[in-house]
Amino acid sequence: MYVAVKGGERAIDNAHAWLSQARRGDPSVPELSVAQIREQMTLAVNRVMAEGSLYDPDLAALAIKQARGDLIEAIFLIRAYRTTLPRLGSSVPVDTGEMAVTRRISATFKDLPGGQILGPTFDYTHRLLDFTLAANGSEVADVAASLAEPAEGVPHVMEFLNKDALIQAELQADGSVPDLTREPMELPASRPLRLQALARADEGFLLSLAYSTQRGYGRTHAFVGELRIGAVAVEMEIPELGFPVEIGEVELTECETVNQFTGSRTEPPQFTRGYGLVFGQSERKAISMSLVDRALRWRELGEDFTGAPAQDEEFVLMHADNIQATGFLEHIKLPHYVDFQAELELIRKLRRETEQGDLAAEEQP
Amino acid sequence: MSSERSLPPEILARRRWMGLAARSRPDRLRELLPELPAHDLLRAPEIGAVMVEGRAGGTGTPFNLGEMTVTRCSVRLGSGEVGHAHVQGRDRDHARRAAVLDALMQTDAAQGLEGGVLAPLAKEEAARRTVRAARAAATRVEFFTLVRGEDQ
Amino acid sequence: MISQALGGGFADAPIQSARAFRAALEAMARPGRILTVEGVAPPAPLSIGAGVLLLTLCDRTTPLHLAPGHDAPEIRDWITFHTGAPLVTPGAAAFALGRWEALQPVTRFRIGQPDYPDRSATLIVEMDALTNDGAILTGPGIETTARLSLPELAAFRLNRDIFPLGYDTFFTSGDKIAGLPRSTRVEAG
Repeated sequence: MYVAVKGGERAIDNAHAWLSQARRGDPSVPELSVAQIREQMTLAVNRVMAEGSLYDPDLAALAIKQARGDLIEAIFLIRAYRTTLPRLGSSVPVDTGEMAVTRRISATFKDLPGGQILGPTFDYTHRLLDFTLAANGSEVADVAASLAEPAEGVPHVMEFLNKDALIQAELQADGSVPDLTREPMELPASRPLRLQALARADEGFLLSLAYSTQRGYGRTHAFVGELRIGAVAVEMEIPELGFPVEIGEVELTECETVNQFTGSRTEPPQFTRGYGLVFGQSERKAISMSLVDRALRWRELGEDFTGAPAQDEEFVLMHADNIQATGFLEHIKLPHYVDFQAELELIRKLRRETEQGDLAAEEQP
Repeated sequence: MSSERSLPPEILARRRWMGLAARSRPDRLRELLPELPAHDLLRAPEIGAVMVEGRAGGTGTPFNLGEMTVTRCSVRLGSGEVGHAHVQGRDRDHARRAAVLDALMQTDAAQGLEGGVLAPLAKEEAARRTVRAARAAATRVEFFTLVRGEDQ
Repeated sequence: MISQALGGGFADAPIQSARAFRAALEAMARPGRILTVEGVAPPAPLSIGAGVLLLTLCDRTTPLHLAPGHDAPEIRDWITFHTGAPLVTPGAAAFALGRWEALQPVTRFRIGQPDYPDRSATLIVEMDALTNDGAILTGPGIETTARLSLPELAAFRLNRDIFPLGYDTFFTSGDKIAGLPRSTRVEAG
């Protein structure tokens, strides 16, 4: 139940004014520009684009600035903004095999065609705080460039297993692509719908679910067959032209896992796949997504449902979106005066009844 | 790209210049093509979103990955040629300039624009890509075997 | 694509389409009320009224059926350029455009399902004239009665009988539009 109340307006105005001051922080410290956030907080920008489900680095950087660095609040701002945009169309499915890779590694094949390319990774850093960064004007290392071998094709590793029919084939079912931003999600969800939900899901939630499968809750024995990061051209069929043209380029992280599979009633023993694809550079999220995608595929592969959270489609898909989650969670801090009054009355009434019951019991011999 | 295989040459040529204009940096395109001839707006520059699709497993069934911002514009020159543009981002001027360029490339001005606008855009883009590829190549791991177990 | 077909859209889409949407809303909320719309110059024989409704209500997520007489290349191009709506067969359509005779039999159009009555078609019926006489309308949005020059009665009675399922209808003539939602009862005037 809700009651209308008045009188908060001045307090809210003052709170907003203070918020804008708090956002700015100490005025003697130079203000951050949106361009600085975009260029120097790239991975935060990437996360806001991935979970905001809108690729636009400038907007994501602006959202981070406005949200004082609260990434979920920034994602909320992006989600709200995207609802104001007319949908101009859908791209041709991106061809990640044509990716201009900046990073590409495989945990299953050492000598893969195209090689293992480390890219700008944290993996081999010592995780020691670098105090030289705290000093102004820290030096940027020169980047080595190798002209020895021009970029050659970097085929998907999975295709090698596919050729020998050792891995479950990825079938192309065409038809209309389900879109959870247009139609309410209905369960059971098809794999394309699940992948859309996972691609915009909260990174932390996916990470924990993926970790739970590694610890035994719906184990899938995952290897990272290939992890690649790079730029992919986006093409769109233009109705008035009748042919597709390139409209831009996005950076993506793609993860393909190879999972052990001993066979089922319907499938022979073979490797199976999990898949992760995420806007920007976000390999933690892409790996997590692959593991959760694979865990959710138990039904189509004829596996048993073990009751593990990561296998439970309803549990995963209905709780993966951090904007839905934070909206419902945080609403309980808003006025519930009348609900609470009702509860209070109820408790008092029950208490009276209990006390009277106790008195009556004492009086009995 | 894979979708290029079956297209006739005049469409491939148009795809090329439309793609170059879309991928160009807005400031750079303005520098190379500062003056626009008179034109009507068939569709005024409009900011919207395009749903980017991926494929399950990289090659399987399409799914919706997320949207990207795109601005589109369509123009008609005084001489009748119609130009279209869909460009990434939210720069209306970029979309308009790209649409006018598309229209102009269908006129006698095409040859001049090829040398004055498209060639520099293509060259700069190729240079950016080469730098990126060279940096990636420098982080390629060169495995070499120290001792093989069976040799001992 | 014929370049002539591409002109004639809203010059100032955000404002003009908002006004047009308001008119479409008013037409459906007040069945029988005739409103005037403006802002487009569609290729013949498409009326201004129908053109405004298409540009305001259709996009690439609303499949459109063009009945014979309106299924001309210039109209197809114009609609594709300005709305992106996919052109489909009657059974798949969210919107259908044509003269009343050309849209027959109207039983081909979607009427929704009991759990999703909104998954139904909206018909845009082109008329020679649109006047407040003829059939008597009663129902939600009409204080007492209203009158509208409907092309026939039987089909709209049948449509009312299956409420809450059914299709909704706009009538257009020149720059005039009127609405007849599935909730309206019609009687001979």
